[in-house]
Amino acid sequence: MTTPPLAGLSRRSLLKASATTVAASAAAYTQAATVKGVPSWLPFDHNGPLHYQDQQPQFFSAEQLREVEAIVERLIPGDELSVSGKEAGCAVFIDRQLAGQYGTYERLYQHGPFIAGVEPKSDHVPRERYRLGLEELEKHCQQSYQKHFSELPDAQRDEVLQALEGGKIEFAGIESQVFFEQVLQNTMEGFFADPVYGGNRDMVSWKMLGFPGARYDYRPYIARHNQKLELIPLSIIGSSAWSRKA
Amino acid sequence: MTTQAKKLPGTDVVVVGLGWAGSIVAKELADAGLRVIGFERGAWRDTASDFNIASAADELRYVQRQELMLRTRQNTCTLRNNVTQTALPMRTWGSFHPGNGTGGAGNHWAGITFRFQPDEFHLKSHLEDRYGKQALEGLSVQDWGTTWEEMEPFYDAFERVAGISGKAGNIGGTLIEGGNPFEGPRRRDYPNPPTQQTFAPTLFAEAARNLGYKPFPVPSALASQGYTNSYGVTMGPCTFCGFCTNYGCANYSKASAIVNVLPALIRMPNFTAKTHCEVLEVRKDSSGKRATGIVYVDANGQTWEQPAEIVVVAAFTFENVRLMLLSGIGEPYDPVSNTGTTGRNYAYQTANNVQLFFDEGKNFNPFIGGGAIGMGIDEFNNDNFDHSGLGFVGGGSTRVTPIGAAPIASRPVPPGTPRWGSQWKKTTAQYYSASMSIGCEASNYSSRTNYLSLDPTYKDPHGRPLLRITFDFTENDLRMAQYVTGKTAEIARALNPSLVVESPRKAPWNNTSYQSSHVVGGFVMGADPATSSVNKHLQVWDVPNLFVVGASAFPQNPGYNPTGTVGALAFKAAHAIRTLYLKRPGEMISV
Repeated sequence: MTTPPLAGLSRRSLLKASATTVAASAAAYTQAATVKGVPSWLPFDHNGPLHYQDQQPQFFSAEQLREVEAIVERLIPGDELSVSGKEAGCAVFIDRQLAGQYGTYERLYQHGPFIAGVEPKSDHVPRERYRLGLEELEKHCQQSYQKHFSELPDAQRDEVLQALEGGKIEFAGIESQVFFEQVLQNTMEGFFADPVYGGNRDMVSWKMLGFPGARYDYRPYIARHNQKLELIPLSIIGSSAWSRKA
Repeated sequence: MTTQAKKLPGTDVVVVGLGWAGSIVAKELADAGLRVIGFERGAWRDTASDFNIASAADELRYVQRQELMLRTRQNTCTLRNNVTQTALPMRTWGSFHPGNGTGGAGNHWAGITFRFQPDEFHLKSHLEDRYGKQALEGLSVQDWGTTWEEMEPFYDAFERVAGISGKAGNIGGTLIEGGNPFEGPRRRDYPNPPTQQTFAPTLFAEAARNLGYKPFPVPSALASQGYTNSYGVTMGPCTFCGFCTNYGCANYSKASAIVNVLPALIRMPNFTAKTHCEVLEVRKDSSGKRATGIVYVDANGQTWEQPAEIVVVAAFTFENVRLMLLSGIGEPYDPVSNTGTTGRNYAYQTANNVQLFFDEGKNFNPFIGGGAIGMGIDEFNNDNFDHSGLGFVGGGSTRVTPIGAAPIASRPVPPGTPRWGSQWKKTTAQYYSASMSIGCEASNYSSRTNYLSLDPTYKDPHGRPLLRITFDFTENDLRMAQYVTGKTAEIARALNPSLVVESPRKAPWNNTSYQSSHVVGGFVMGADPATSSVNKHLQVWDVPNLFVVGASAFPQNPGYNPTGTVGALAFKAAHAIRTLYLKRPGEMISV
């Protein structure tokens, strides 16, 4: 991966033509602030792009990661359209999301009372849903097959996932459907989000759909109605092609 | 808490909220030479640092994780469908997306900028005249206490500041081919020509024209060309990037307070912005007839009192109403006795959709687009068609506005498609570029049982009650939804798709999927203090130095997006303060 700030800057200069700017800008503040006159400005001062350089799991144990990979590999199987969710990095994406603020719902309203049966319990933030759900899945698979979920053949893994989706497997401490929906949602996020978050490796899903990604100027293509444009997708990470001089 | 507030030196004007409404009022009053302090509960947002072009195109961050929206940890609402239920808090935003920070929800909006039609401002009188009193049975639709003629100059002012791109349909009573024939007579055309159109809106417009309708370009706050507005701030042309609704614009193309107003305002020596400062209440003197200022808490938890001669509350609909309830302004609405005005006539929007799937021959390149780039028709909107015998009043704006198609959220597949596995993937890939939708953004008429109040159980981090929404779609609006969706589907079928999926809005209202952020009412304008909270100058009845500006003033919601009217009301209030109130402080209208 190229150095992230440089990727950002090169992208900025590449797209300069479309970034028509007013002569006006002001810095962002994270604390209570009094703003007057012409505030100073630094690029990405407040709200820079996120990058994950560390390749090690940040939330899951090695065992948990293995099981999540076995799930995402069946939710998005490898076929002639794309590689699998596992190969696309969906489990790595989920790991990184859980390690961050999303994992604890720290931005969300968490005051009770929580009404049983209507909404999940307060402590069931995403980290907790994965921890409990993976534990229960392991119990279920050991009981039924004397194996980890990840050791089951494809067809059997699909059967278990279908049963989870339909709420046909009883979990303790968390509803199996809540766990399934959480994993399905995060898997799709990982598969289709910008690769900067660890999934959608090599923009594999975008290539499959024909989505050009983080491009920011389609003016040359607006009038080309009903034509396949074959645009090469771009990621927020940037592209090594940008720093290559012709 | 408020008793410990440290008192600050007074100022001429305090403005609560620096979104569209607050920024406009603040600018207009600062231009008049007043010392203005603007309060904002969120961050100072700026295009260059917050919506940098290198990182703005991030669907996970802005759509799934709702980066620009108010964090529910800070403030949310509770919801229920009727008074027999216990309301539960919205822990994540679903049905609507309140904003946070300067620019407010006007940063991540779509940019569709209609004017309401002339009849809207006297809707009750108009509908009763045409269909009789029984047509409004069960509804609490009412007149605005103002007129199209009084509103028109302020719509014009907002369009000039926001650089709206569009095609006039009616200039001074003369109908213009290619514009919206149902719009009210305007003094002049939009400041910018319409944007170019992508494939899906073009197809829709052709089909609509063949059926005898009059399609027009949807009026758009996405600039079709470079434009310098009446405050001297410059916008860049829209690039159709497709990261628009739910995102901030990195191109200075989507009008917002941070692009079009605040860059000019913040440079004025008589304006100060205070960010990360949440206003807790509007203070009144012992007579209860004069606002003395506001009390706010800063990010360190310190509470302050800011005295002011004039207080303008211009936050989002929900916070406008909650602040009035918390401050004891007006009598809280009671749906049982049908008394009180604060919280009364809360209304929403009735969003309907028709999805088209094509097995062959269509490639929409759906990633090219913007929140307000499209074509629409108004034959089935509001009272543009005869409702005799239909069993409902109201209607919707029918249009195709492809906003972009970032694929975490935008993967249309026919109903019954598996949600994962090989077949899911095949179908997803097949229809990604081969599907389009026609929306019908329809009216929502207020009723006695839909209202806003303080929640008895759930509190915000400052220990204050959350706002409670009691709302469901009325029979009137459900019948209307069926009718307009059916009409929309007729146009869809004319395009010969392989499959048409009709989704008229159904009850009960819930928070599971996005509908629209067009929440209105609760502190409505009118001519009668018994049924309204503010007069036509947005001045609070009985508290003449307090003004409450925003969509909270709409007595009901027509089949149009609200922001054009929010902007016009902000100019209207500021104009009244400048030309009437400052000369003679006090009630501008006596009843």
